[in-house]
Amino acid sequence: MALDAKMDGKLDFKVVGTRVNRPDGVDKVTGRARFGADMTAPGMLVGKVLRSPHAHARIKTIDASAAEALEGVHAVVTRADFPEVELDEATWDVLDNCMAGEKALYDGHAVAAVAASSENVAKKALKLIKVEYETLPHVIDVDDAMKADAPVLHDGRQVENVPEGMGANVVARYEFGHGDVEAGLKQAGKVLERTYKTEATHQGYIEPHACLAQVGTDGQADLWCCTQGQYMVRDTCAAIMGLSQSRLKVTASEIGGGFGGKTTVFIEPVALALSKKSGRPVKMVMSRSEVLRATGPTASSSIDVRLGMTEDGQITAGFAELRYQGGAYPGSPVEFGSMSAFAPYDLENVKTVGWDIVANRPKQAAYRAPGAPMAAFAVESAIDELAKELGLDPLEVRLKNAAREGTKAAYGVTYPAIGLEATLRTAKDHPHWTAPLGENQGRGVACGFWFNFGGNTCVTLNITPDGTVNVIEGNPDIGGSRASMSMMAAEELGVPYERVRTVIADTASLGLNDVTDGSRVTFAVGLATIEAARAAKREMCKRAAMVWGIDEEAVVWEDGAARPSGPNAGKHDPMTLADIAAIASNTGGPIAGHSEVNAEGAGVSFATHMVDTEVDPESGAVKIVRYTVFQDAGKAVHPDYVEGQFQGGAVQGIGWALNEAYIYGEDGVLQNPGFLDYRVPVASDLPMIDTVILEIPNPGHPYGVRGVGETSIVPPLAAVANSVSAAAGVRMTSLPMSPPKVLKAIQNG
Amino acid sequence: MSMIHVTTTINGVSQEYLCEPDETLLDVLRDRLGMTGSKEGCGTGDCGACSVTVDDRLVCSCLMLGAEAEGRKVETIEGMAEGETLHPLQRKFIEHAALQCGICTPGILVAAKSLLEHNPNPTEEEARYWLAGNLCRCTGYDKIIRAVMAAAEEMREAS
Amino acid sequence: MNYQAPTSLDAAVDILAGAKGDCRILAGGTDLLVRMHSDMADPDTVLDIKRIDSLRTISQEDGGWRIGAAVSAAEMGENEGLVADWPGVVEAANLIGSTQIQGRCTIAGNLCNASPAADSVPALVAAEAMARIAGPDGIRDVPVGEVPVSPGKTSLKPGELVASIFLPARPERSGDAYLRFIPRTEMDIAVVGCGVSLTLDASGNCVAARVALGAVAPTVIEVPEAAEALVGTSVDEDALAALAAACSEAAKPIDDKRGTAEYRVHMAGVLARRAAVIAKKRAGGAA
Repeated sequence: MALDAKMDGKLDFKVVGTRVNRPDGVDKVTGRARFGADMTAPGMLVGKVLRSPHAHARIKTIDASAAEALEGVHAVVTRADFPEVELDEATWDVLDNCMAGEKALYDGHAVAAVAASSENVAKKALKLIKVEYETLPHVIDVDDAMKADAPVLHDGRQVENVPEGMGANVVARYEFGHGDVEAGLKQAGKVLERTYKTEATHQGYIEPHACLAQVGTDGQADLWCCTQGQYMVRDTCAAIMGLSQSRLKVTASEIGGGFGGKTTVFIEPVALALSKKSGRPVKMVMSRSEVLRATGPTASSSIDVRLGMTEDGQITAGFAELRYQGGAYPGSPVEFGSMSAFAPYDLENVKTVGWDIVANRPKQAAYRAPGAPMAAFAVESAIDELAKELGLDPLEVRLKNAAREGTKAAYGVTYPAIGLEATLRTAKDHPHWTAPLGENQGRGVACGFWFNFGGNTCVTLNITPDGTVNVIEGNPDIGGSRASMSMMAAEELGVPYERVRTVIADTASLGLNDVTDGSRVTFAVGLATIEAARAAKREMCKRAAMVWGIDEEAVVWEDGAARPSGPNAGKHDPMTLADIAAIASNTGGPIAGHSEVNAEGAGVSFATHMVDTEVDPESGAVKIVRYTVFQDAGKAVHPDYVEGQFQGGAVQGIGWALNEAYIYGEDGVLQNPGFLDYRVPVASDLPMIDTVILEIPNPGHPYGVRGVGETSIVPPLAAVANSVSAAAGVRMTSLPMSPPKVLKAIQNG
Repeated sequence: MSMIHVTTTINGVSQEYLCEPDETLLDVLRDRLGMTGSKEGCGTGDCGACSVTVDDRLVCSCLMLGAEAEGRKVETIEGMAEGETLHPLQRKFIEHAALQCGICTPGILVAAKSLLEHNPNPTEEEARYWLAGNLCRCTGYDKIIRAVMAAAEEMREAS
Repeated sequence: MNYQAPTSLDAAVDILAGAKGDCRILAGGTDLLVRMHSDMADPDTVLDIKRIDSLRTISQEDGGWRIGAAVSAAEMGENEGLVADWPGVVEAANLIGSTQIQGRCTIAGNLCNASPAADSVPALVAAEAMARIAGPDGIRDVPVGEVPVSPGKTSLKPGELVASIFLPARPERSGDAYLRFIPRTEMDIAVVGCGVSLTLDASGNCVAARVALGAVAPTVIEVPEAAEALVGTSVDEDALAALAAACSEAAKPIDDKRGTAEYRVHMAGVLARRAAVIAKKRAGGAA
């Protein structure tokens, strides 16, 4: 659906763009909102998972007889309890990650599970399960995992384009770009070559995974869980359990954060298996330690960059080779990293090569703009360093090379109207850019890009008999999207926001909706909501036409009412939505609009971040002094929540840059599976995060909306690194920039 | 393991319950009393999502046994609003969009209320340090701190 | 598990001495409950000492302060007299965990948890604090530094518990300070901690000093060489440099997930110097 011509950024919105209170606000500030772990069922059992203490081990035998004999234990399941069904490779990996088969592939890999009458009984039962392991050599580091002689996780998973001779853990290769990099480098005044490394970080949502499963003897099953996509849960679990999709109804609870980490399943198939075996509802809630050991983190990376620049700052060539380990299964986000690395720039010669690598770590899950932050860290650091060496202004260099409408991106597309240049110019004119810096302080900037996504979407909009409106959508509300949908419906229908209530359907109540990812919801579900509202308006105009006895074409919808229009319409008093709703039974029945679409035209998004840091030269400690986000939102439907996405992404990026990391011992066991030593930023670590919303309308959405949720985590790794490098007087090329690392760099000069 | 009988006051109401000796106050609230507003984000006192006050002292209910509440006065998120009237902090959190997913919100509200009882006029820095034990992964804390400061101001003006 | 909450110290000692299996003291519970949650402790008996009134008080004694084993860090911070005499000790106690943790945690518990990185212990050792231990054989007083013997292990005998901590009277012109280094601003375990307590004479010369380091050895250590570097000086630049060198020299840390040995050695000196400057200022010394 194209941008409304009349709305071309100038439309006089009444509801969209205001800062209304969210509909789930009261529930969430009073503790009434029900999250994943808040659901119960009569006769419910507690499910718990036994996890591998080894990084890599063959599972020789599992003896659960003592556990099964314990009073209060109703079921024990292992991989053998899952039905033998044909699964595609990706779904097989999900199953194997949920419950190990032949091998435990990482510390924390599930090997068995119990359902018992209480948490204490379940814990006791886990201790009674005897697993005989044959420990195998393991590999953790991405560069080590790539070596030809590294311990091998899987056989036969390498895709065809991986050259012969590469180690078996290198499972895929990607390549993007155009032009001639070698020729471009020859034209450069200066060429920089650097290697950058980033550690694995976790999405760190505060709500651990939780679900409640109930499998009936009639083959019907219900699942309640916290997820970014109830349809994804349904489709994956139905495949694994050998159920038809219509037999499994999945209801999404309120979700306590996801950031991509809840776009797959971990305990849901296990809970279904336990429920099936025990004949009772089974609730499972992960501990924080389980969350960190066995769910999502993102990939760790090692990236080589070669960059050529003329004396006046023109980038003549860019090359990056990206190596991402995505844990124990294929599918690291290196493809996105390779596509996005140079996406902000208009380059004649550019090439990226990406390697997907497996290692003995938990299977990676999407994390906000998956794959892009590490790539941006490398490229934006290199641009910064080269600009400094050439004595050039880092914002000017970026402006000089910035992608614009018509630029052919390194990953192949030609951009329509985009907002990168606007973010850079706004940043340059912002008081932050020229504010004085104190002692031991430095300023850094970096740009970031994210694709954004549309995808399968269904929305139903019901006009109630009393003249109010229900919007029914199928994407969990992860940060205020029910408010946004209600706002867009209210805008379209011309009714007050308070008359619209948006609810989230279970999988049986609405058609397929893709998972809440790719910053797609405000764009795609918004688009479908607008389309559904327009369908309802057409129907209401038809009803008014019937009442007035005129042609449908002679009725228009304006300001919340059907009105006669055109020379032959005659004089009739407008009929409001409530008027029409009240007589719907007599004019043809209930009124609803709906939209089913595979939305395209999501519209890419760009941001520029600016940050001041202060480095303590004696300890290497870094303090964030000031931070400003400049990002294109297309059209900010609810500016508070757009700002919130900018701020939240920036702070997750700050954590990634400074202190968050998966720390492994020599034994391949995760050493920091808790919030004590997996150090996400706390309130006292941060200043206010200033935001500047730019609105360059997305030509692919009637209101110009672009997704905003992910782009904000792309620039901060590099922006903070550039700032710390300036403050410390030494270039930082490895994350996290922990105090010991920064101090060492300072001491080594 | 025999159960322990506990008599306590929760949100101003006398409450009796039986609990296991090793059961935390958080588990008692959530699983025995149906008060699921307090959340478990870590179980080890590192996230603050389970914050309650006990005898007016802010604590993590995951790090206290249910048995310890005997004779104490416990306040939870469920007792923060007076009927339909939200506490100024609750109202400001909604108005300032200080929540995204909302899982940390109950704990942060309880902690912020305790802050303002101890210090009705906190600086931004004092608010940030007081709330350092309450993790929020969505907001970057900006709007939370703004909401707390705005509520503090309103409450000072009203008193 | 069996939960006991006696109301007298004698009753607590009886329960502890007579308990079968693993009996753990529950004061603030901020370590014990974490261990239980993480399956690192599975006690047969938990002995809650918070119902014992005498262990819940802060009282003045012989010009010093006696702090009951069930007094929380937050309560210490609210006692103005204690804060005036021993600001470093109180600060150290109020660096433990979050506001929520400080509402429960105790310095006696911090001591008996026997972590080398315990925040309050270097400050207590620098303060020359004494632990009063109650047991089946009665009461004994020992220097706090003698309570922890290795990570997680104490010198307490079966049936014994720490009933209180005594901070001695302060001579005039005394000051103490505790600093620790953590990667974030809050919520971390000390990578290195340093407590300094000193007394100046009327002319501003240091006449007594004690320095202790945390997280650089299996237990918190006192560093007499560091104290000697201060005594007899005006705590000037040279003295601070000697202090820092002595602390770095005394530090024998390990590499772990929270920091490298090399970094800890360096930071021991940095923190000692910074803490000494604060302690001196608190003692009324010239800047």
